Amino acid sequence: MQLLLQVCARVLLGVTCLAGFCRAQDFQVPAVASAGDEANISTAGSGKATFYLIGPGVSRKSEVNLGESIHLQAQDTRTAGDYLAIVCSSTCRSAGFYVSAAKPASLTFLVHPSRVPVAQSDAVSGVALAFDQFHNLILHSLTVNFQLTAGNASLLSRQVPTQNGAAWFRALSGKSAGLLQVTAAVDELSARRAVQQVASDPCNLRITGQRTKTGITVQSEPVRDCAGNPVPDGTIVTFTATDANGKSSVDAPIKRGIAQAQMLAFGAASISAASGVVMGNEVRVGAQ
Amino acid sequence: MKFALPITLVVLTVALMVAGLVWTGHAGGTVGIAAGSAMYGLTPKADTPEHALANLLADAQRRNWDRAYADISKTSDVDESSFIQDWIGSNGGLRSFSSLEGFDSRPMHITNDEAQMRVRLHWTTPVGPIEDVRDFHLIKEGDVWKTVWPKVQIPSVPAQVVPVTYLRWDLVTGGAADEWGSKNVDAPHVRIISMNAVDSAEGAVVMGEVVNEDTIPAFVNVNAALVDGVGNAIDQENSFDKIAHILLPKQVTPYRIDFPTISLKSVKNVRMDVKATLVPASADPVIGVMNQKVESDVQGKSILHGDLLNESGQTVNIPHVVASFYDNNGKVVWVADGYVDRALLPQSSEPFAVEIPRSLAGKVQNFHVVVNQYSLGRS
Repeated sequence: MQLLLQVCARVLLGVTCLAGFCRAQDFQVPAVASAGDEANISTAGSGKATFYLIGPGVSRKSEVNLGESIHLQAQDTRTAGDYLAIVCSSTCRSAGFYVSAAKPASLTFLVHPSRVPVAQSDAVSGVALAFDQFHNLILHSLTVNFQLTAGNASLLSRQVPTQNGAAWFRALSGKSAGLLQVTAAVDELSARRAVQQVASDPCNLRITGQRTKTGITVQSEPVRDCAGNPVPDGTIVTFTATDANGKSSVDAPIKRGIAQAQMLAFGAASISAASGVVMGNEVRVGAQ
Repeated sequence: MKFALPITLVVLTVALMVAGLVWTGHAGGTVGIAAGSAMYGLTPKADTPEHALANLLADAQRRNWDRAYADISKTSDVDESSFIQDWIGSNGGLRSFSSLEGFDSRPMHITNDEAQMRVRLHWTTPVGPIEDVRDFHLIKEGDVWKTVWPKVQIPSVPAQVVPVTYLRWDLVTGGAADEWGSKNVDAPHVRIISMNAVDSAEGAVVMGEVVNEDTIPAFVNVNAALVDGVGNAIDQENSFDKIAHILLPKQVTPYRIDFPTISLKSVKNVRMDVKATLVPASADPVIGVMNQKVESDVQGKSILHGDLLNESGQTVNIPHVVASFYDNNGKVVWVADGYVDRALLPQSSEPFAVEIPRSLAGKVQNFHVVVNQYSLGRS
C-alpha cells in the first residue's frame, strides 16, 4: 500500500512539473548517501516551502525555510534505494538521489547439501549474501572469502567477488567422512556452516560364514567405501542363504562396522550379501 | 371365518421363521455352509460333519467359548485356554483385533466315522478383510460328530535378557529462532531402481523397487499417475501399505500401486514420484525370513511361504511381509504382501504365506522378501 502511494505521489508530482507548475527552485541533494546516515539538502532562496521526501521506506512532508538546509534524519534513509526530494513554494522542483547500503553487518550463507557422500564432484555448493545493519542487500562488489576445511586439512580457499549482491562457489566433497566446515567471510564478518561428509556406497563387500549348532553365523568384514571410509553403523546388509529347504534372508544393520546375522540353514548352503545395489561375494558352507 | 386368513398368515410366518433359524446352515450355496444360526438353542444337532463344524464355528464366532470347546472332540490335544487363545490371539497380534465375520466350508472326504472339511474363515481386521483357509478333521463320537482340534503351538519364550545395541536415529529439528540460511537437515535421498506396469485381473498395477541411498532412515511413499495420450492424468494412486515405509540406509523395498478398473490400453505414460522424509527410526528388531520357498498349496495355488524369525528381544505385534517376484531377467513381475495374524515373540518364529497369481507363477524365478513391523507403543 505504501509503495502504491509512493508511486502515485511520484506520478502526480511529475505530471505537475511537466505541466509547468514547477519552476526553478535551487536545492542540492546529497551526491553520496549511505543507509542510516544523516544528510542535508541545501536550499537557496527565501520564504516558506513545502518539502516532500519519497523513498523505498519513507514518505514525508514538512514545511521548510528556503535558504536553510533540510536535515534528513537517520531513520529517513534506513532503506537503500532511489529517493525523490521535492521542494515546492510558488513553484516545485525535484531531484533524485540514491542511498546505498551501509557497511556489511550480517552475512547470510546458504550451503547445500547438509549431507554428502565423499569424493563427489560439484557436490557442495554455497551462496553468501551480505546485508547491512538495516537488512539492505549490499549490491556493490564485496570480496567473500570461502573456506572449506575437513579436520585440519583445507580443501578449498577461494576469494569470490559478489555480483548483484551474491557470491557463490561449487566444490567437490572431500575424501574422508566427517564434518566439513564451510566458512564465508567478508572483512571481520563470517558465517559458518557444517556439511556432514558420509561414506559412499560399500566397496568390496566381503562375507564369511561359519556353521553353528543352530544354523550358520554369517558376518561381513568391516564394510568400507572405495575411499576406505567405514560405512555408517545402521546401514543394511542383506544376507541371503540358499539351501535345499529354500532361501533365507536377513536384513542386518551394520554394528561397529560389521554386519552379522544368524541363518537357519542345516544343509549345504551358499550365502551371498548385498547392500543397496552393491553385491558382495558368495560363500559356501557345508552341511551340518 | 374372518380370522382364518390372519391366523394362517401368523402361523405361516412363525413356521418360516423357525425353519429359517433351524436350517440357516443349509442356505449357504451349493458347497458351503453359511455362518451359524442366529439364536441360541436352535443350532442343529451335530448329526452330520457339516452341522458339527457349523455349530463349532458359529459358537466361536459368537465367542461362546464353553459351547465351542464342548463341540470339539475329547481326543483333541488342547485345553480350553489354548483353544480360546487360538481363536482370539494374544500379545497384541492381528488376531487380537480381528473378528470372525463368516465362514463357508465344503467336505473334502467323508466316511461313516471320519470326515475332512475345508473351511474358509472370513476375518475382519484393522488392515482389511483377511481370508484364512483351514482343514478340519472330524470324527463321529456316538451319534454326533465332533471336530478334532489340532494341537495349538503357542511359542514359549524363556525368561532371558536380550541386549539391544543397534542404532537408533533421533531427529532434532531447528527452532523457529534459527538464523535464516542455516536451514535444516536435508531429506533422505531415495531412488526408484525398477518399475514395471502390468494389467492384472483387478486393473492396472505399477510395481518395482525403491532403495534408500542415504545414510539416514527414510519414510518412503511412492506415487504414480497414469497419463493418457493427450497428457491428461487418468488416475493417481500411492503404494499405501504395499511397501516397507521405513527404509534404513541402503535398504531395498518392493512397492505396488493398484489402479482398480483401469486398463493399461488407455495409458500412454506413467509418472512416478517418490517422497522421502526424515524420521526417527531404530535398527531393532531384526527379523529374518527363513526357508522361503514357492510351492503349490492344496488348492493348486502358487504360494511363497516361509518363516519369520525375530532375532531381537522385542515383540513384533503385527508382522507384515512384502515380497517382490522376478523373472529370469531380474525384472520385477509381481509384488504381493500378507499380514501374519499372530505376534512375533522375541527369538521365535511364525509362518507366513503370500500368493502368486496363477498367470505369473510360471515366470517367477526369484523373489525378495522384506518385513514391515508394527509394535504397540512404537510409532
